[in-house]
Amino acid sequence: MSLEFWISFVIRIWTFDIKPMNWIRKDLLGLEELSKEELELILSTAESFKEISSREIKKVPALRGKTVVNLFYEPSTRTRVSFEVAAKRLSADVINIAAETSSVKKGETLIDTGRNIEALKADIIVMRHNCSGAAAMLSRNVNLSVVNAGDGWHEHPTQALLDIFTLKEKLGRIEGLNVSIVGDIAHSRVARSNIWGLTKLGANVTVCAPKMLIPPGIEGMNVVVTNNIDFALKDADAVNVLRMQFERDGQAAFPKQLEYFKEFGITEERLEQAEKDIIVMHPGPINRGIEMSSAVADGAHSVILEQVTNGIAVRMAVLFLVAQANEKIKNENTD
Amino acid sequence: MVDPGNKLDEIMDILVEDARISQVAKHIKAEVDKIIEAQEKIVMPGIVDMHVHLREPGREDKETVCSGSRAALAGGITSILAMPNTEPTMDSVEHLKILKEAIQKSAKNNVFICAAITKSRQGEALNDIASLKKFGAIAISDDGASIESDSVMLEALKTAKKEGILVICHSEDKKLSNGGQVNLGFTSTRLGLRGVSSESEYKRIERDIELAEKTGARVHIAHVSCKESVEIIAKAKKKGFEVTCETAPHYFSFSDEEVLGYDTNFKMNPPLRGKEDVLAIRKGLLDGIIDVIASDHAPHTENEKDIEFERAEFGVIGLETELAAATTELLGDCLLNWTQLAEKMALNPSRILGINKGTLSVGADADIIVINPAKEWVVKKERFLSKSRNSAFIGRTLKGFVEYTFYKGKGHKWNS
Repeated sequence: MSLEFWISFVIRIWTFDIKPMNWIRKDLLGLEELSKEELELILSTAESFKEISSREIKKVPALRGKTVVNLFYEPSTRTRVSFEVAAKRLSADVINIAAETSSVKKGETLIDTGRNIEALKADIIVMRHNCSGAAAMLSRNVNLSVVNAGDGWHEHPTQALLDIFTLKEKLGRIEGLNVSIVGDIAHSRVARSNIWGLTKLGANVTVCAPKMLIPPGIEGMNVVVTNNIDFALKDADAVNVLRMQFERDGQAAFPKQLEYFKEFGITEERLEQAEKDIIVMHPGPINRGIEMSSAVADGAHSVILEQVTNGIAVRMAVLFLVAQANEKIKNENTD
Repeated sequence: MVDPGNKLDEIMDILVEDARISQVAKHIKAEVDKIIEAQEKIVMPGIVDMHVHLREPGREDKETVCSGSRAALAGGITSILAMPNTEPTMDSVEHLKILKEAIQKSAKNNVFICAAITKSRQGEALNDIASLKKFGAIAISDDGASIESDSVMLEALKTAKKEGILVICHSEDKKLSNGGQVNLGFTSTRLGLRGVSSESEYKRIERDIELAEKTGARVHIAHVSCKESVEIIAKAKKKGFEVTCETAPHYFSFSDEEVLGYDTNFKMNPPLRGKEDVLAIRKGLLDGIIDVIASDHAPHTENEKDIEFERAEFGVIGLETELAAATTELLGDCLLNWTQLAEKMALNPSRILGINKGTLSVGADADIIVINPAKEWVVKKERFLSKSRNSAFIGRTLKGFVEYTFYKGKGHKWNS
């Protein structure tokens, strides 16, 4: 190819804005598979949706005529309600299915449940499931959109997106930030999604937990690992504190609650000692006095309630993007 | 023609009469009914697969003696050892009788019986090994489980020594594997699944070998999957202890990265391991530490596989892809040659099991296969003869195809 061609090619890229990229996935299963650009697209879409929630009439017709099914195999109030509010603000119809009351109890398989929901002509399934990989499996077997609202220990992409959105809103950027994630990393889907999302966007991530709650090979996800909370807080811009699930009792060497607070609990004293003014996040629900003191949870560092508010904008963005992409996929298939 | 039992690797003719090999020579001149031309082909003894789950009796929806042995023939396998974890377990003469009848009625190749070591494979009460052997069992194993108690295992090995029967060890410490789903490490962490450490395998191999040495019993370690296991077995062999072992095609073909899409056709026990382990398995085969390639054919229905990963059954089918996987992955420079391959898939398992198979000796049963080594074919789900479809090789292109399988002189021609 000629030199002229390359010069004109480079100039073309330089001078014309590269078209805003399109979202082409029918599903959101995790952040691991997303590119930096895709993450940025969700965040910028969420930004434009955020304003809707502060209007007097909190509703736009973006998903009018669409049906969103919340399929929850694990109890959840916060995430389910957040998705429901998000869908309704986009004018979608919402149906909630709790696995305890459904035919799942009668032994229906996940694929069958998914296909039945599809036969009802729903458009999006938002699924919470206790098995890692369940969302991926469901998405392979249905044509409607699947949004992962948490699968086992694997991923909880919208939680991480709202964490990242909140951080970006507070500090103006993600790139170069030092973010520490503290708590039960081994069993946390929130941790995994946050690690993928943050590292792709250029943040430096440290994970901090008692040894037995650090999963093997986590360094492979480009994080620094420590068992020392003060080290994790030292030059952090933000700390994301995970819920300790003491209901996992019976597992060997699980720490005792008070011991945990003493060694890893976030307190005002610890935050004072750190170099920066640290932002404190928590996906909720909080165990006060275990992961963090009440003073921290309610104090000036905490953005916990803003996270909840931002969750709606982020989930509106995700529902909107997957619905739009799936529409396009369907149209292409019928053409 | 490759026949390691007779140290032959040259172009030769084989004459078959009355289901037996009657002559092996350079140019046989004889009046025959039929001639199979095998230029550019590899002719070797029929494969002896010493690790097969036929599921009959009890789970005929997954596989039967009939369907399994037919699938085996298509894979070039003329003899199989049926594992005892059926329903009921092969733990009594009465139960063996059920299987034996099924074999007599419907087996398409040689089906040998491996009996269970303990009652219902619970690892507690020893079965009547002497009677089981007398009734036809050629090996014993609690495959799928390992005997937890050292004292029961010791007792079992003593009995096996006394009865002169081979013990096949499924070496897994379930306390260490702890409900794991995939290899412990970056993969389990990425997938958010409980991990199975290599330790759960090699620690138990260490124990099994140690107890076997104490008693002098002959043990064979099933489905070796990791580096440390190969090292431990190498050490025991070097010391002069007579222990043998096998691996399965998936352990030298795939690493744990294949599981990243949560495809349950890559879920087996032991799990697929890291890349280093895959290399160690290949090297173990080359060095002769690993004696045998066996399929660990473990058929499961779609209902048991097409579900959430952690709820899906462990295991994959392997009869129809075993040889092609081996030729694809293992043949070549710095790897195995045909003689070594025939050793690991026919001669060694026969010797370990003490059966008169795996050679092309004059007088032997005419169990012979003809392989087209250059033919590439794509593994297709809908083409399996097995009743189950849970193969890790679906969609893969394999090089090497079994064109004919002769079982006791009777030929089957296969088309891809």
